[in-house]
Amino acid sequence: MLDVRHATVAFSAPGGPLVRAVDDISLTIPAGTFVVVIGTNGSGKSTLLGAIAGTVRLDAGSIHVAGHELTAWRENRRARYVGRVFQDPRAGTAASLSVLENLAVAASRGRPVGLGWATPRRLRAEAAHRLAAIQPGLEQRLDQPIGSMSGGQRQIVALVMATWHRPEILLLDEHTAALDPASADRVVQATAKLVRDQQLTALMVTHSLEQAAGLGNRLLLVHRGRIALDVEGGAKRRLSPEDLAGRFDRLRRADQLDDPAARTLRDLYA
Amino acid sequence: MITLLATWTFGVTLALVALGVFVSYRLFSFPDITTDGSFTLGAVTTTVLLVAGHDPAIATLGGAAAGAAAGACTGLLHAILRIEPLLSGILVTTALSSVNLVVLGRSNVPLAGTATLLDRAETLLLPALTAAGCGDAAGEAARLIVMLAGVGIAVILLWAFFRTNLGTAMRAGGDTATMARALGRDTGLLTVGGLAIANALTALSGALVAQVQGFADVQMGIGMVVWGMASVFLGAALVGPVRLGGALVATVAGSITFRLIVASALRAGLHPDWLKAATALVVLAALIAPRLLARRPQASAAR
Repeated sequence: MLDVRHATVAFSAPGGPLVRAVDDISLTIPAGTFVVVIGTNGSGKSTLLGAIAGTVRLDAGSIHVAGHELTAWRENRRARYVGRVFQDPRAGTAASLSVLENLAVAASRGRPVGLGWATPRRLRAEAAHRLAAIQPGLEQRLDQPIGSMSGGQRQIVALVMATWHRPEILLLDEHTAALDPASADRVVQATAKLVRDQQLTALMVTHSLEQAAGLGNRLLLVHRGRIALDVEGGAKRRLSPEDLAGRFDRLRRADQLDDPAARTLRDLYA
Repeated sequence: MITLLATWTFGVTLALVALGVFVSYRLFSFPDITTDGSFTLGAVTTTVLLVAGHDPAIATLGGAAAGAAAGACTGLLHAILRIEPLLSGILVTTALSSVNLVVLGRSNVPLAGTATLLDRAETLLLPALTAAGCGDAAGEAARLIVMLAGVGIAVILLWAFFRTNLGTAMRAGGDTATMARALGRDTGLLTVGGLAIANALTALSGALVAQVQGFADVQMGIGMVVWGMASVFLGAALVGPVRLGGALVATVAGSITFRLIVASALRAGLHPDWLKAATALVVLAALIAPRLLARRPQASAAR
């Protein structure tokens, strides 16, 4: 379970005004919830994800995962509880290492490493089993450098890596945005399967309204550093991509009005 | 025959520098200027320990350990103080030039009359080699065999280490830091460890070179990082894309080949003063050749 309490992240360009990328967000995500996060560019959704992952420092508030407060923890220490898949497959996998070696590094996620052999036979068998379960054929390519695979295949392996040990929270940061539509589809299916099979708690940022409507059991719309919409259950299921597009339109129109009016509109829609 | 063997011995000994640069530059993408300083540091530390009467094996290991410490310093400057790789190396290597001078006491110390690791190897192997009919070359052959064995062991140890959990994490961190951090690895610490290993190898080479040539000189490390890069590039060009084990062997082959090229160039009349400039040119050529080749239409079509 993830608990974000009064999280605030402020940026200021030199000479410019202070911008709250994340503005006093509080959020509780019970275990087993698959949350989809959408928002316009610069809405703060990626900053929120970064604050949970540890790449962005909070100016105020705190982050709790499975009862541990992670706020002061560095990124690599948080990996004990947090699994991540990046937008760019090149950021989440080491190109010069083989698929199996990438998985070996993932198999030691959040654990101390020693001088044990990285790729023993039982790891190879386990890796083949897991890859075959998610995309048959990938298990034939364990010894290839992962850099020689397509972006979609790398992203599937990255998903298996992030969930090799069940993370308390899985962060997916637009992990299909860099892929062609067919590959993106396969990655979405793999994501849904992994989340379902392992009953993961997941936070997925996406730009695709189809994904936002079709995936997960809770949806957050982030706008100007705040949560402008938070629906789950039946209300989430009834949302169509067109509904979401309409929401975006109204938020954009509200932005064009002056600030007090925008605030009123935002409050109305929130 | 003896000169040729000596050339080989030198090339094999310097292969340890190439392996060090392989670790820092290829695995960590860290252009590590510390190499120049730690090569000399290994040589002067070992020489001082030998002159003080220590066992050659201890003295040689002491040289390597000093190199590891120097590499760790560069790594710490980069990892903790966020100083750029090049600048970190420049700072440490500049400081080392003073350290080396102070440790050695003067700019050049001969090892004449001191028992070295190589003397020990000769005593050990000479009877067998003489019996095998090596004649006059037996001494030099013994040196070469010992150096080949040493470099062979280094390659095997490196290969094994970089396939352990820790070594694989190091390679992952050197390749893609975001991935390693997301999986819980402290990439700064891994870089410190990697540079310690790289400079231990370089210093070990310096320690052995001092014993091969019979003296240590505070200038002997100048240009070593470029030498190492030339060997790494040449090795990569010899074999093409290979996995870790192949790349390590190719680096050794690159070092020996490069040494033979240099020896041939010198014999063909290249003035020794131009040696470092020629080395730099070889590295430059290795850096731009792939770019020039990639521009050829058939090469880009094949990609």
